[in-house]
Amino acid sequence: MGVASAIGAQGMVGVRPVVTESYHEDVVRAFMVAAMFWGIAAFAAGVYIAFQLAFPSLNLGLEWTTFGRLRPLHTSAAIFAFGGSALIGSSLYVVQRTCRAPLFGGAYLGWFVFLGYQLFIVMAATGYLLGLTQGKEYAEPEWYVDLWLTIVWVAYLIAFAGTLFKRREPHIYVANWFYLAFIITIAMLHIVNNVSIPVSFTGTKSYIVWAGVQDAMIQWWYGHNAVGFFLTAGFLGMMYYFIPKAAQRPVYSYRLSIVHFWALIFLYIWAGPHHLHYTALPDWTQTLGMVFSVVLWMPSWGGMINGIMTLSGAWDKLRTDPGLRFSVTAVGFYGMSTFEGPVMSVKAVNGLSHYTDWTIGHVHSGALGWVAFICFGMMYYLVPVLWNKKGLYSKALVEWHFWTATIGIVFYITAMWVSGIMQGLMWRAYDEYGFLQYSFVETVAAMHPYYVIRGTGGLLFLTGALFMAYNMFRTIRSAESNEPKSAVAAVAAE
Amino acid sequence: MHELLPLLKQLWLVWFLVLFLGICFWAFRPGSKARFDAQARIPLDDSDLGGHAPHPTRR
Repeated sequence: MGVASAIGAQGMVGVRPVVTESYHEDVVRAFMVAAMFWGIAAFAAGVYIAFQLAFPSLNLGLEWTTFGRLRPLHTSAAIFAFGGSALIGSSLYVVQRTCRAPLFGGAYLGWFVFLGYQLFIVMAATGYLLGLTQGKEYAEPEWYVDLWLTIVWVAYLIAFAGTLFKRREPHIYVANWFYLAFIITIAMLHIVNNVSIPVSFTGTKSYIVWAGVQDAMIQWWYGHNAVGFFLTAGFLGMMYYFIPKAAQRPVYSYRLSIVHFWALIFLYIWAGPHHLHYTALPDWTQTLGMVFSVVLWMPSWGGMINGIMTLSGAWDKLRTDPGLRFSVTAVGFYGMSTFEGPVMSVKAVNGLSHYTDWTIGHVHSGALGWVAFICFGMMYYLVPVLWNKKGLYSKALVEWHFWTATIGIVFYITAMWVSGIMQGLMWRAYDEYGFLQYSFVETVAAMHPYYVIRGTGGLLFLTGALFMAYNMFRTIRSAESNEPKSAVAAVAAE
Repeated sequence: MHELLPLLKQLWLVWFLVLFLGICFWAFRPGSKARFDAQARIPLDDSDLGGHAPHPTRR
């Protein structure tokens, strides 16, 4: 409001406008660097534990470096440190731009969210290595880390929602709906799933108040909606801003995006029970989870069509803009893994796939193909914009990154499909007398070659990310800056 | 009335479905194309704060 009238009044008398406020982008820049750093840490940890499964001597005989402690380090680094930094950073960028308003709470609140979130990551990660864990998948941090994250998350919600309230654009663009759904739902899930009583206020150990099958159901209500609202809704917000932006075209159908949003919100929250098929969970609850998971296939593909068709009429950009190619390939992987997911949630399929490597393959086609690729696409667009450079240091390096990462994913998921289905079939094979045909260790030995292929795929993916980090570093340090911002402002005002 | 209330509560799935179908109708109702097309352009029109004239309203 202040800026707008200032330009209006001063523009008329031909005076250069005095810009009293601007977007807070320092904190977004910090989040991008953090995302790159944590991404490499997460991929490296993943490669290491993948090879631990193939070569157990890599556990080194030390408690701190065993698979059991490094595995949550890998998952949390990938989801919360890499994905979370990319999500929070990009959301703070998108909300300011699409609301045409600076960040609510200013730089102080922004920096509190950044530093607070990084502290959360470090506290969680060091805890895992020391063996401090609640033992709940994707919710491993102990009570004191959970409380700290709650404070930081509420600050993030205030910064984001406050910016929405202050907006100068009358309409809230759809990307912000997805980001807001992500923030609110994660707050709800995090709090309910972590209601625990510490043994003492000076100790790290706590006990969860939920018990038995209710505890299991709440854990997977949390776990599946962490997938639905952290790894899906948040990154869909990214898709709805950065694909139109990089393609220089509006989203294919804004109407479809509205239906996509509400369908996802109505359906996702019910799908959790498919993680507990054939357990003590009541049968009707399992069936409910299965049905909602299958119905979810529709909005997922609606969203995929919306993302990919945004390029309709501009397909040539895929050849000239390798960053955009990452984003579009990501949406393709999103379509693939959201088709595979409902299939695996069907009880008959789940009887074969559950507890096998098929699940791990499915998760990684989503995590590497969808989440990481949509982040890479976003960062390749955003880094030159944020640091005000003409473009990336090297497009060829982006091409190298794209192909090493894509081949890496193909190695990973095909190895896990074969290994998982083989594992499931071996577990349920009976001989002519009705005895199990294979001992457990025989299934483990049979998986060895696939574990090596999977590790190699991960290594390729990590290599691609190193290309990216170098490219990003050289872009930020390059001297070829875009025309200075103040000059643009002056020209536009005259 | 006291018998009706539990029945209405049991039909929560139906109410959510009706609400969702209402949203679908609202999104695809005739005559709203121009408005949605303008809203879809929001990310493409952004610029630095204070660098450009205030944005035309989109109602």
